[in-house]
Amino acid sequence: MAVATTQNRMAPAAVAAPAIMVVDNLAMRFATPEGDDVVALDDVSFDVNPGEFLSIIGPSGCGKSTLFNVIGGLLGGYGGRVTVGGETISGPHHSIGMVFQEESTFPWRNVVDNVAFPLEIAGVGKRERIDRARHFVSMVGLDGFERRYPSELSGGMRQRVSMARTLASEPKILLMDEPFAALDEQTRLLLGDKVLQIQQQLKQTTLLITHNITEAVQLSDRILVMTYRPGRVKRIVNIDLPRPRSSEIVSSEAFGRYVAQIWSDLREEATRGMSDEQSRALHSGTPA
Amino acid sequence: MSAGALTLRRFAPQAVGLGSLVFLLVAIEILIRLGLINRFIIPLPSEVIASFGRVVAEEDIMDRFWQTAWECLASGVLLTVFGIILGVAMHGLPLFRRACETWVAAFAAAPLVLAYPLFLVLFGRSSLTIIMLAFLSGLPPVILKTIEGLSATRRVLLNVGRSFKLTPAQQFWKILLPSALPTIFVGIRLGLIFALINVVGVEFLINFGGLGKLINELAERYDLPGVYASICFVILVSVVFFVATERAERWLKSAA
Repeated sequence: MAVATTQNRMAPAAVAAPAIMVVDNLAMRFATPEGDDVVALDDVSFDVNPGEFLSIIGPSGCGKSTLFNVIGGLLGGYGGRVTVGGETISGPHHSIGMVFQEESTFPWRNVVDNVAFPLEIAGVGKRERIDRARHFVSMVGLDGFERRYPSELSGGMRQRVSMARTLASEPKILLMDEPFAALDEQTRLLLGDKVLQIQQQLKQTTLLITHNITEAVQLSDRILVMTYRPGRVKRIVNIDLPRPRSSEIVSSEAFGRYVAQIWSDLREEATRGMSDEQSRALHSGTPA
Repeated sequence: MSAGALTLRRFAPQAVGLGSLVFLLVAIEILIRLGLINRFIIPLPSEVIASFGRVVAEEDIMDRFWQTAWECLASGVLLTVFGIILGVAMHGLPLFRRACETWVAAFAAAPLVLAYPLFLVLFGRSSLTIIMLAFLSGLPPVILKTIEGLSATRRVLLNVGRSFKLTPAQQFWKILLPSALPTIFVGIRLGLIFALINVVGVEFLINFGGLGKLINELAERYDLPGVYASICFVILVSVVFFVATERAERWLKSAA
């Protein structure tokens, strides 16, 4: 199977349907505490199509988290435009549900109350919100844990609670920032299966920020590879692997080719990033 | 595990605690009877236990207990309400915090009880003097722990709130406050300790009110078993308030 890449914004599948999200010429710069001007993002443009799973991958320092915060509406002061359904983002948007990298469940709420949180904020009655929350708890495979508190759950289970909580708000776009970064590889692969299952069930448009190539190839329809600082779009790779998928696909030959292709793009950037970090550490006298 | 073993395991901490207390009292009793501890400084525990009936019957103990408890409750409510309000204000207004936090910390260490003559002039020889002194003594830990609890709220939790488009009021009631609650309750418990010490201390000093006044009177009569029996009632007030704060914390957590 040939590895398909494209420099165009639109994936072939999306030509018929209008993009649900457009990121247009996004740029972000900030000043470091030392007074240096750092360009975190520069001319980042891409579209996200309805029902698509798009991953954004890049080396450390490429501005992935900045991009996550800008798209999520948590960070302002950027150049360019982000639109969702034609509406320009100027703050957190009801169509975007965010899943954070850090553990973000509310420790004082049990599982079902955590998941019911956005429904409570939306003013949904108690009985209905508990019923709906139970549905999403079940969807992420946590039946039987409804009354448990986060401190009684494993890291992977807590991330599933966070995901269920975000899904309960029924966002048009699920935006995730390395949600499984703190988990071991086996748990990560199995949770990837769960994400694929949910995405297929809900036809959920998903945007995943990650640095894990295996995870990106396992889950995505397209992968956007970013350059090291300033973060730019280096390449968009179409992942032409059959769906429905599961973690078993990691052993296929085509999967390996995609991983190799993306790693060759990423290696160059990661090497550049590492050299840059080392030279800055030498300059400042602090460890890299 | 059998039901009997489970019950034993469940009540083991309480049993060990009670056993230690009994052991200590028996040890003191023996040491006093052997003449190794002066019985004119520390009375026999058996005499203290025997004096309970007398103190209850002759010294109007329940009225005094409730008066001390009421003064503690009043100062506890005041220090909780004002401590949390001031802590929230100082957390929300960085300039106010930078200007005052050191003063509040210094105030926490000040022996405020020495200012009781000033409070007597301001509020008279009344419960109000006792309540105000106890309130002000217990206020700093509540303020400082409220600031600490709110500041320690993890940024990601606030970002979750922002992503769900919470209003500032929702952000406070649904995320900031519940997250800070355990630390705030540490401050309230510390504040209540300071308040109780000051309530009993000022009652003793100005010879007014509840258990502090009783301890003063019994000490002047050199009724040492009665003094220690009264101190047990002071401990009872403390236990009542600690149980109440624990319940309140649990209830607030479940309501958040």
